[in-house]
Amino acid sequence: MSAVTSPARQASSGVSATTINRIVIYGLLALFALFYLMPLFVMLVTSFKTMDEIQNGNMLALPQSPTIAPWFKAWGETCVGLTCAGIKGYFWNSIKMVVPAVLISTLLGALNGYVLTKWRFRGHTLVFAMMLFACFIPFQSVLLPMATILGSIGRFGASLQNATGFNFGLGNSTVNLAFVHVVYGLGFTTLFFRNYYEAFPTELVKAAQVDGASFFQIFRRIMLPNSMPIFVVTVIYQFTNIWNDFLFASAYAGTGDVMPMTVALNNVVNTSTGVVEYNVNMAAAMIAALPTLIVYVVAGRYFVRGLMAGAVKG
Amino acid sequence: MSTVAETQIKLTPEHDARPGASVRSRLQDLLPKIVLAPSFAATIVFVYGFILWTIYLSFTNSKTFPSYDITGARAYQRLWRWTFESDPPSSWYTSITNMGIFGFLYILICLALGLFLAILLDQKIRGEGMLRPIYLYPMALSFIVTGVAWKWFLDPGLGLEQTLHQWGWTSFHFDWIKNKDFVIYTVVIAGVWQASGFIMAMFLAGLRGIDGEIMKAAQIDGATTFQLYRRIVIPLLRPVFLSAFIVLAHLAIKSYDLVVALTSGGPGGSAWLPSNFMYEFTFKRNEMAVGSASAVIMLMTLTAIIVPYLYSELREKPR
Repeated sequence: MSAVTSPARQASSGVSATTINRIVIYGLLALFALFYLMPLFVMLVTSFKTMDEIQNGNMLALPQSPTIAPWFKAWGETCVGLTCAGIKGYFWNSIKMVVPAVLISTLLGALNGYVLTKWRFRGHTLVFAMMLFACFIPFQSVLLPMATILGSIGRFGASLQNATGFNFGLGNSTVNLAFVHVVYGLGFTTLFFRNYYEAFPTELVKAAQVDGASFFQIFRRIMLPNSMPIFVVTVIYQFTNIWNDFLFASAYAGTGDVMPMTVALNNVVNTSTGVVEYNVNMAAAMIAALPTLIVYVVAGRYFVRGLMAGAVKG
Repeated sequence: MSTVAETQIKLTPEHDARPGASVRSRLQDLLPKIVLAPSFAATIVFVYGFILWTIYLSFTNSKTFPSYDITGARAYQRLWRWTFESDPPSSWYTSITNMGIFGFLYILICLALGLFLAILLDQKIRGEGMLRPIYLYPMALSFIVTGVAWKWFLDPGLGLEQTLHQWGWTSFHFDWIKNKDFVIYTVVIAGVWQASGFIMAMFLAGLRGIDGEIMKAAQIDGATTFQLYRRIVIPLLRPVFLSAFIVLAHLAIKSYDLVVALTSGGPGGSAWLPSNFMYEFTFKRNEMAVGSASAVIMLMTLTAIIVPYLYSELREKPR
């Protein structure tokens, strides 16, 4: 665009105006870069400072005597509510919840997308529309019934365990949350795969059908090998969403040692007993942010594509 | 895509022609539906069924535990009364007023800033590949982390105010986060910080999709850069505006975590949004019916925005 713009401008107002323009543009861009980076920078430097330095120094100053003690303390010692064993347990809670939830919802989404594009039936648009709308509901409108159901499943699981002596995982908070995230993530994963497979040549599927390939054979041999990009997009999208979730986590696993990372972090930061250790809080926040940040740094393109696909249907 | 339907029609009689394999082929024909069924059933039960359940509860007088005797629209009547109770403001009044302020400013600033940054970035910028991820990374963080970071940054005793005091600007005063009248604006700041980079990316993608020929033609007609953007580019970006608006409106209505992490609800609940109201009334104040009614109102608001949008999006498909 500017390639078109600049010659005209140069002719009318001279080279210096263009130069000033460029300087202003770069200056503004740099300023906004600072705005976006500032909170992360402050969080990062604070997490490496001693409490002394935080109380007497400047928030933007680099640590005088950098220490990683706050990180160790956040990981292994800091108090979450009444237990003081750090956030590591909650970090693993999140991992144990995220991995199955992402895998199951992604796989189901792939199958749904495959059916909704290559094996259409009467009313497929309505089915898709109903699943799509589910992405957008405020989860407050299902929060309470789900809590009730999870409660009864838990009681059922407990009596089953009494009867059989075997724990089926019913009522386990991590299982509950993984289940909830699969259910309410299905709309998005289906949307992603449906839109991706929509553009996939139907002729290939047709040809395989004529050759006698079955439903699953076509999926495994033809669709899956060509679905790598959308798998990456969907997995990243689901991972980020589920890892970052707070509403479901606080409603269904809001206390005790079953909390996921986001709830634990909120508890660490809002614990008001004793001296507030800001450096430990910031280290804990960084630890909570790292998994999604790493994914973002490694696969940012796919992350953005996922966001876009979630925003712009069609 | 109509070809798929045709294929199936053609294939089905072929299967039926072989009587021995009829059960198997019938199964094969049903298989796609069987595969889709669990997901669809889950959606019906856990989304639509649960919504009906919530609506039902909102017409009972459930307190701490659900009660299933319909007692009429009392919860809605209370919300309606609270809607106008501004002195002292009821927490519902505060929540919906905050929703108005937050929603309006959040959407407006994100759109303006996103478009502005996208236009700047579209001027053949060296280092665009480095700047874009910097603008966008907040979207990868959880609202809780964002809240923690901004809580620190906006804290008068620790953050910005303190820093500027140390630099010699001692009269600088910025305590919005502790001020019940201004705390909602800090939620706007943190919210804009988080989402505006993404809106920028949406606009940038839109800008890159504009046909260069149109621009060239306008240039030849002597349009200035400003005119070019105002008269041609921005009107062409209409679909992006719509998508961005939907994304932002949806994020705004769902906002819950940010208020909790950034303000812990603000002094006396002054930073509440309807989502916080719902959570507090349902789970902490033992007013389940009122909580459910507020959830229904949130849902209806979102439905009013989303359904027309989805309808137009899905209807456009068959070209």
